[in-house]
Amino acid sequence: MLKDVTIGQFYPTGSIIHKLDPRTKILLTTAFVVILFFINNLWGYLAAFLLLGVIILMSKIPVGYILRGIKGLVLIILLTVILNLFMTPGAVIASFGPVNITLEGVKIAVFMALRLIFLVIGTSIMTLTTAPIDLTDGMEWCMKFIPFVRRFAHELAMMMSIALRFIPTLMEETDRIMKAQKARGANFETGNIISRAKNLIPILVPLFISAFRRADELATAMEARCYRGGENRTRMKQLIFARRDVVAFVVMFLMIAGFLATTIINIPLLFPL
Amino acid sequence: MPVEIKNLTHIYSQGSPFEFQALDDINITIEDGSFIGIIGHTGSGKSTLIQHLNGLLNPTSGTVIVDGMDIFAQKKSELIQLRHRIGLVFQYPEHQLFEETVHKDVAFGPKNQGLTEEEVDDRVRNSIKMVGLDYDEVKDKSPFELSGGQMRRVAIAGVLAMEPSVLILDEPTAGLDPRGRDEILAQIKTMHQKNKNTVILVSHSMEDIGKLVEKILVMNEGKIVYFDTPNRVFTEIETLEKIGLAVPEVTYLMRRLKKKYPEIREDIFTVEAAKNEILRVIRG
Repeated sequence: MLKDVTIGQFYPTGSIIHKLDPRTKILLTTAFVVILFFINNLWGYLAAFLLLGVIILMSKIPVGYILRGIKGLVLIILLTVILNLFMTPGAVIASFGPVNITLEGVKIAVFMALRLIFLVIGTSIMTLTTAPIDLTDGMEWCMKFIPFVRRFAHELAMMMSIALRFIPTLMEETDRIMKAQKARGANFETGNIISRAKNLIPILVPLFISAFRRADELATAMEARCYRGGENRTRMKQLIFARRDVVAFVVMFLMIAGFLATTIINIPLLFPL
Repeated sequence: MPVEIKNLTHIYSQGSPFEFQALDDINITIEDGSFIGIIGHTGSGKSTLIQHLNGLLNPTSGTVIVDGMDIFAQKKSELIQLRHRIGLVFQYPEHQLFEETVHKDVAFGPKNQGLTEEEVDDRVRNSIKMVGLDYDEVKDKSPFELSGGQMRRVAIAGVLAMEPSVLILDEPTAGLDPRGRDEILAQIKTMHQKNKNTVILVSHSMEDIGKLVEKILVMNEGKIVYFDTPNRVFTEIETLEKIGLAVPEVTYLMRRLKKKYPEIREDIFTVEAAKNEILRVIRG
């Protein structure tokens, strides 16, 4: 049940995509997401599709595993498609009673669906190919360029890595407590909403207690080793840009240039929209 | 209630890079009223095995038959009924306590069984006494103001109160001081002798297991290495050491003594038995 969540999970295969510097992956993913929202023609989406396809192949992660991440978002995507399909004013191509489907509506609905799907795939490739610790290291470096946030970059990154570090632990803990209460005859599967909510108490109370205990122990352990934030702190593992990162950046710049060209020049479309 | 384990295999996260085979074709029968010890290195599959016995984990293949009934072919409600008869005390069971008072927490299991108020009360009183706590002193206390050892006892009482025909304990003494450990184990033994129920005890400690159980199940990498009486298992020192286990220290002592006194017996694993044997040889 809890194992089906793939967003934010790390899938080690040791591929070249995994070996890229986390900063490269963060910056390029951000760039990808931004251009995704500027693309306004099918050529652009085709290019984005090919780009994702090549990256997935290079990352050696099974396609099915990546697509599982979309499953959870099917509802949101459907809702977006339906709303756009019926709510966009323009040339009517079909009407069902009071609601009309317009040509513009179809176009926006298709683009929106593609954008969301590519967005999820693009970002999950980043998290699937980057170990959480590397990801937060990369984010800390990136945050140093944002005014205001810069001062708390280290603290934010530390909080994030601790949170990420404890997700699997807490999931395991939940699983264990749930099993322990099931063994005592607790029933989480049947009953109405109110009785189900009540049945969660035997899980939530022990879970909170253990979360606080863990937090307390971790804080003590950190203080015992003289942790006092980012000031003058050095790293055991330095992030270094390698040649493959340069290659990745070059490829991405070419892609961006290509996208801009198609949006500005307005190459004839595959079919008129 | 005999428990029959047939061709049981369990693979965690099948199809992902984290795939891990925890159980590999396990076949054993646990007789009614027996006292079994399960021992094995960390990750040998002990905890995975016992979670199949009351249907908390579903096997990848194979099955468990309790009282002639295939537990994985049952409906959910039947499975819940079954869990009332097969009590499982997890590792560090004190982490599952949640109620305001000790009494309420211990009563959680019997209440789920649908017993009347009086029956529940009786069960709670008995089981708290069984784990060696003073009922009147602790019943209205919050479980969280008790000491670690007392919390452990309350949590064990919570499972005992369901009066299961098969009681499974996963390392019930982990992290307790020697005295607490001896007391809890002695109480489990007394209860087994009194109620004649089946007890399955998972442990790391050869000393504890050797003293208590009738048969030992030795596991390694998801497979059964031995399922035999302590006498026989503890003579296989070399194999046990190879899989990261050891025999009780007193058995090592007897082995050393054997070099000097060839007539001494080696198959001894309790201090008491060792004392008698040494005296026997010395007094000759």
